[in-house]
Amino acid sequence: MIVDTPLLIITDLVKEFNDGEISTTVLNGLSLSLDRGEFVALLGPSGSGKSTLLSILGTLMRPTSGRFEMLGFNLIGARDVDLTEFRNQHIGFVFQAHNLLPDFTALENVMFPAATRKGRETPVDRRRATELLDKVGLADRRDFPASKLSGGQKQRVAVARALMNSPDLVLADEPTGNLDRESARRVMDLLIDLNGTDGTTFLISTHDETIAGQCRREIRLLDGRLARERH
Amino acid sequence: MTYSFKVALRYLASNRAQTALLIAGVAVGVYIFVFMSALIGGLAVLLLNRTVGNIAHVTIQAPDRDPVSLYGRDSGTLVAILKSVQQRTTLQSAAAFLPAIEAIPNVTSVAGVVAGNGFLTKGEAIAPVIVTGVEPDQVSAIANVAGNLVAGSGDLTIGIALIGSGLAKTMGLQVGQRVSIRSERNIDATLLIGGVFSLGVSSVDDGAIYVHLRTARVLFELPDGVSRLEVKLDDLRLAPEVARRIANTTGLKSIPWTEKNEQLLNGLVAQARSGDVIKGFALVTIVIGVASALLLSTYRRQSEIGIMRAMGATRRFVVGVFMIQGGLIGLAGGLLGAGLGYLSLLPFPLPEATSSTGLPIAIGEGAYGTAILLTFIGAIFAAIWPASAASRVDPVKVIGP
Ligand SMILES: Nc1ncnc2c1ncn2[C@@H]1O[C@H](COP(=O)(O)OP(=O)(O)OP(=O)(O)O)[C@@H](O)[C@H]1O
Ligand SMILES: [Mg+2]
Repeated sequence: MIVDTPLLIITDLVKEFNDGEISTTVLNGLSLSLDRGEFVALLGPSGSGKSTLLSILGTLMRPTSGRFEMLGFNLIGARDVDLTEFRNQHIGFVFQAHNLLPDFTALENVMFPAATRKGRETPVDRRRATELLDKVGLADRRDFPASKLSGGQKQRVAVARALMNSPDLVLADEPTGNLDRESARRVMDLLIDLNGTDGTTFLISTHDETIAGQCRREIRLLDGRLARERH
Repeated sequence: MTYSFKVALRYLASNRAQTALLIAGVAVGVYIFVFMSALIGGLAVLLLNRTVGNIAHVTIQAPDRDPVSLYGRDSGTLVAILKSVQQRTTLQSAAAFLPAIEAIPNVTSVAGVVAGNGFLTKGEAIAPVIVTGVEPDQVSAIANVAGNLVAGSGDLTIGIALIGSGLAKTMGLQVGQRVSIRSERNIDATLLIGGVFSLGVSSVDDGAIYVHLRTARVLFELPDGVSRLEVKLDDLRLAPEVARRIANTTGLKSIPWTEKNEQLLNGLVAQARSGDVIKGFALVTIVIGVASALLLSTYRRQSEIGIMRAMGATRRFVVGVFMIQGGLIGLAGGLLGAGLGYLSLLPFPLPEATSSTGLPIAIGEGAYGTAILLTFIGAIFAAIWPASAASRVDPVKVIGP
């Protein structure tokens, strides 16, 4: 397979937190690249910096130093408005919990990334969101308020929403962390399936080795660096 | 914008009880605003009507004559005759100006009067009076004499006098009696009392006599011309402006009522200012209420705001959502408060008809539009802080597991 330029490259990434006197170095010279269409597990003990790395890759947090390029854009010095637009167009998120806007229906939640960009909910977006809900098996919950969905259903709606703007990268931080085994399996199957059809890159942090086993690549964090990689 | 609107509306609708309470709170503030405006306005109307209702709104006089100066024919000494109170200024050509004055907007009536001082005698009793001579059909043009009769009729034929009730009382006069009047020019006339009026203004009721214009001409030796023209307006607040216009068009000296009643005006201004203070407090309460409610809401929704920001919602969008909520609350509370205010003021009688114990409410002075507009602006202003706080929410900090 001919690998063209990677989707994203980070080099010598450092992230320190300064809380008054105490300074914690969470990422300490991390370098990494992700290709298009990859399906990657992010592993590491609790507190190793998985969520921190996902936040930086998702342009929600700025690193202390290092380089971060994605799709040819240097994202280190970018202005907040530009990062927001970049995030909206190229990155999807699935968080562990409290993902959805509870006062909106499943469909409205899925449409959000498109609607906030265009300033309104268009019929085209409504159709796409309906298709995505169908894909995640929730066509019948389309007009349910998000607050009335089960934990597993919420995560699947979140997955659909992450895909709404056809992102290049989906970042999932322990997406199955709050789910029972059966729901977790459904969500993972869904992610794998979507990765196979869309060619979107997925980076999924998890503590679950069986989940990690389903991924084609594993990244392990230890002491702020990559511990080991399996390709 | 449309989408921020949708999100804002959804947020307001999701917590109906809280939104309703907030709008009700704003409405109470607006109600106070409207009520105070109507009350202060009503008080002003009442005071103005009591004091200004029965006087001319604009008085037109002949220009003051300059002191006449002459040179002594032989000696060359300068002899100056100082402006004298004896020297009468009359409007000789008043009639010529009438059409022009009547054509000025807001002028409802113009009456030429011949007036002067005199003494009224009845047997042994004697009292100083102010004699006003008018055409019979203009007797009520300035002061509503005919409408405030306590005895007799308002017909003012030659030989008839209409006298104030206070004067009638102190002199023991009744309709049908004869009195004599000696004018300041020492001319006597005997008149029959045709009516007694009570305008409620003691200076008039205690010493005013209305007579036929021709009677006055004899009494004050003014075969033609008038002492002054009295002008009534449909809106007495416009007096200074109309007076200026009259002066400009006619070249005559026009004095608005405001010039002679500065104390009353100062009192009204002070009253309005104290009303403004109360209204200001009502607005401040609205702003604080809206700001704190929205701030609480941004705090409660910060994880949602974080999610929205992670999904690519801009800061501007988040600001919009909260500003729109503020604006909608202000608008709803403003409309509700002003509407309820108007409805609750409807049963009040006009200030003129207010009984001595009732509140003088001028329903037209409720300043409803101002109340709604200021509340709307105030609520948007109140939303600035919460909205900017919301837009600064850091997604990483609020999206917890
Ligand atoms: N805002 C912050 N201020 C200070 N320290 C922080 C902050 N955020 C994270 N940390 C620290 O950074 C380290 C890494 O945190 P992070 O949440 O990235 O770990 P993680 O690998 O996701 O852990 P888990 O598996 O438990 O979710 C932890 O030691 C944490 O205490
Ligand atoms: Mg974590």
